Amino acid sequence: MNTIFKSAVFFIASGLLATFSAQTFADEVNVYSARKEALIKPLLNDFTQQTGIKVNLVTGKADALLKRLETEGINTPADLLITTDASRLYRAQIAGVLQPVKSEALTRIIPATYREPEGYWFGLSLRARPIFYVKGKIKPEQLSDYESLANPVFKNKICIRSSNNIYNQSLVASMIEVNGIETTEKWAKGLVANLARSPKGGDRDQIRAAAAGQCDIAIANTYYYAAMLSSKKQADRDAAGKLEIFWPNQTNRGTHVNISGAAVTKHAKNTVNAIKLIEFMASKTAQEWYANANHEYPVRSDVEVSEILKSWGKFKADSVNLSVLGLNNPKAVRLMDRAGWK
Amino acid sequence: MTWYNSTMYDSAPATRTTFLSRFFSKITFDRWHITVLVIAFICALPILSVLSFVFRPTGEVWQHLADTVLTEYVINSLLLIIGVSFGTLTMGITTAWLTSVCRFPGRKVFQWMLLLPMALPAYIIAYTYTGMFDVAGPVQSGIRTWFDVSYGEYWFPEIRSVWGATSMLSLVLFPYVYLLARAAFLEQSVVALEASRSLGSGLWRSFFQVALPMARPAIITGLSLVLMETLADFGTVQYFGISTFTTGIFRTWFGLGDSTAAAQLSAILLIFVFFLITIERLSRKQARYHHVSNREKAYQRITLTGKKAWLATSACFLPLFFGFILPVIQLIVWAIETYEDMVDKEFISLVMNSLGLAVAAAILALVLALIMGYGQRLQKTPLIQFAVRVSSLGYAIPATVIAVGVMLPMAWLDNTLDSWMRVQFNYSTGLLFSGTLFALMFAYMVRFLAVSVGTVEAALGKIKLSMDDTARSLGLKPLQVLTLVHMPIMRRSLITAVLLVFVDVLKELPATLILRPFNFNTLAVKAYELASDERLADASTAALSIVLAGIIPVILLSQSINRGRS
Repeated sequence: MNTIFKSAVFFIASGLLATFSAQTFADEVNVYSARKEALIKPLLNDFTQQTGIKVNLVTGKADALLKRLETEGINTPADLLITTDASRLYRAQIAGVLQPVKSEALTRIIPATYREPEGYWFGLSLRARPIFYVKGKIKPEQLSDYESLANPVFKNKICIRSSNNIYNQSLVASMIEVNGIETTEKWAKGLVANLARSPKGGDRDQIRAAAAGQCDIAIANTYYYAAMLSSKKQADRDAAGKLEIFWPNQTNRGTHVNISGAAVTKHAKNTVNAIKLIEFMASKTAQEWYANANHEYPVRSDVEVSEILKSWGKFKADSVNLSVLGLNNPKAVRLMDRAGWK
Repeated sequence: MTWYNSTMYDSAPATRTTFLSRFFSKITFDRWHITVLVIAFICALPILSVLSFVFRPTGEVWQHLADTVLTEYVINSLLLIIGVSFGTLTMGITTAWLTSVCRFPGRKVFQWMLLLPMALPAYIIAYTYTGMFDVAGPVQSGIRTWFDVSYGEYWFPEIRSVWGATSMLSLVLFPYVYLLARAAFLEQSVVALEASRSLGSGLWRSFFQVALPMARPAIITGLSLVLMETLADFGTVQYFGISTFTTGIFRTWFGLGDSTAAAQLSAILLIFVFFLITIERLSRKQARYHHVSNREKAYQRITLTGKKAWLATSACFLPLFFGFILPVIQLIVWAIETYEDMVDKEFISLVMNSLGLAVAAAILALVLALIMGYGQRLQKTPLIQFAVRVSSLGYAIPATVIAVGVMLPMAWLDNTLDSWMRVQFNYSTGLLFSGTLFALMFAYMVRFLAVSVGTVEAALGKIKLSMDDTARSLGLKPLQVLTLVHMPIMRRSLITAVLLVFVDVLKELPATLILRPFNFNTLAVKAYELASDERLADASTAALSIVLAGIIPVILLSQSINRGRS
């Protein structure tokens, strides 16, 4: 018992020491990332190899990381915040934990739609949230816009995940922007009435449920579908193979698109390194990696997308100012509550 | 119910007569009293800092919640509580009783294997069941291919529903009831039960009239742990798309961006939990019993034969099968597909980190629990009792809320110290506690102290107060009484306390995720990251390792219980 106790004390003490000593590294950058380690670690390793700058990483849920950043205040060790979804970047910006940075390279590479005008945050990869339909059960001619999904002809035919999920919140936020709250709420009610099942699971689950026959239409992000198509698991490839992608709203505003992005924190101690890391993630090699390993759309146009993404063809993306998604987020959540979207 | 009071129970409060012991208790009152109060206060800080939002004015958020989702939160949470109570009590008590007093095929194996489901985190079992039984899973796909039907033409239970969540939580939580009920059954003086049986009561009547009432405090302790875990669960209900109080707190906090309303929702949850804890204490008080007889010997186990033996074996096998064997088989199948990509150098460090944290937290929790429990025994003032109860609240709070509650005071302390040092010495100390393992350990204490305090308290309650008086009159100081007299007697319970916290910390996710230092991962973090990226198969290696690491203490635990009867 005694030795266990001693080793426990040692363990705690060494943990404390480790965090102290971590502050003495000169060339490093500290990252809070809401993107999973597996999705960014290879890029961060490349960065360290090229520049010699050590990257320290904590991953976690976006909102919790933001809270940590807020409470740590001026002494936060974090230099860089990486997260998915523009509305979260917007939330961080409003919370006052980010700083605007100027980078000629980033302004040049990243299209204006996908970065904050003053440089508070930068989009690094794109994902679309189109409609998927089961081949043979739905004809593409039957589909048009997101708006049409509320049409009673699709009763019991649609699968979509919970409104707790930020991807759905952002989709609704983008619709509030063009159609207004009342129309969007009516739409949401119509959509809920058309659901084949009470929302559950993640995006892949919607695709699987459609393939299994529970519904004919699923809404999911593109990279999940691509990952299933290229999965090692036969079952996933088969399921995804039964569905076809449909790009909605091509005759008007375009398909809903969101970003994953990065932002330099307000109290960053390694600002220069943090900017270097964002620039690296926007570089051609890094963007190619995004496209091929994660099946995300690169944020710059001079990079080839993966074969799977290519096979879906080009589409018109919604060019709504992404800050709007954050601004409308609380309205969207309430609207979905009222519509009974679980 | 009253006839055994005079013989079995010592319900009268202990009276201390010697001048010496009174004198001592007067002195120690201060030292222990203060220590207990300080520990309780520190552990309550995170909860208090979240609750400090409660009295801020809210906008119309409450109106919105009441109009839309609040009813659903309440109904679903209540359904879960009722369902899980029913499930865990049925499975826990039945299996505990059978393995304690009957002899049937497999009993010896069951008595420790029935603890195994405890090693499975609830969200992991939820993932595996979804993987197997969901509409796209192999079972339903098989049905469709085999019978050539399509979805909707056959009936199959929907796993991702309230009853599904109830089943998942019941299956992994019933061991708490089993563990405590079994310990109680085994500790019951044989005399009572044999007396009852010799008076002609059948086994069932003895069970309902003697054994069950006597074990009731232990069972209720187990049930209250179960219910607190149920209320704090986020992973399972979130994945199943069930709106409960817990998911509601998150949605209100982050989705609606209203921390005040979220804190108020948490406060309602807390009031409910406080109510639960109070009931638990009351039931313990009503039926305080001590070891009064040394004639503790093993029951003459009743040998079951034929149909009865089969029934007993199945009653023990089914919870074990659905709560452990089946999900673990699924994990193993997945792990075989994916382990090559998942096991690398980093994986070893994951294991070490998880084990290190769990061991350190379990021991620390035990030490604190001993101080709290013994301090309360020395002087049972209402203030102390209240303090001990408050320190246990954290078990029922969703861990992310606890984590935020830990961050607030820590960061405040760090930043205040830092600015003071800057002003005084022009030196920045930065963050000393935030983002360290210390902060993480603190969160574990806030969250899991209830487990070890409960266990220690129950064990101390069974030692007669006259023993303290004797020891003290022989010149032992209070601390010596604790370490030299009580701790050896309570050895089994102390091991139980350590192992319960160990397993809990091993499985813990939300607080670990958000409070850990840079470049520090654990098995639970790894499993979550992959699973939440919808890569269940890849997550299985880490999940399986959590289970394996959890099995070892579970086996130790059951051995320590068995030893009690030999």
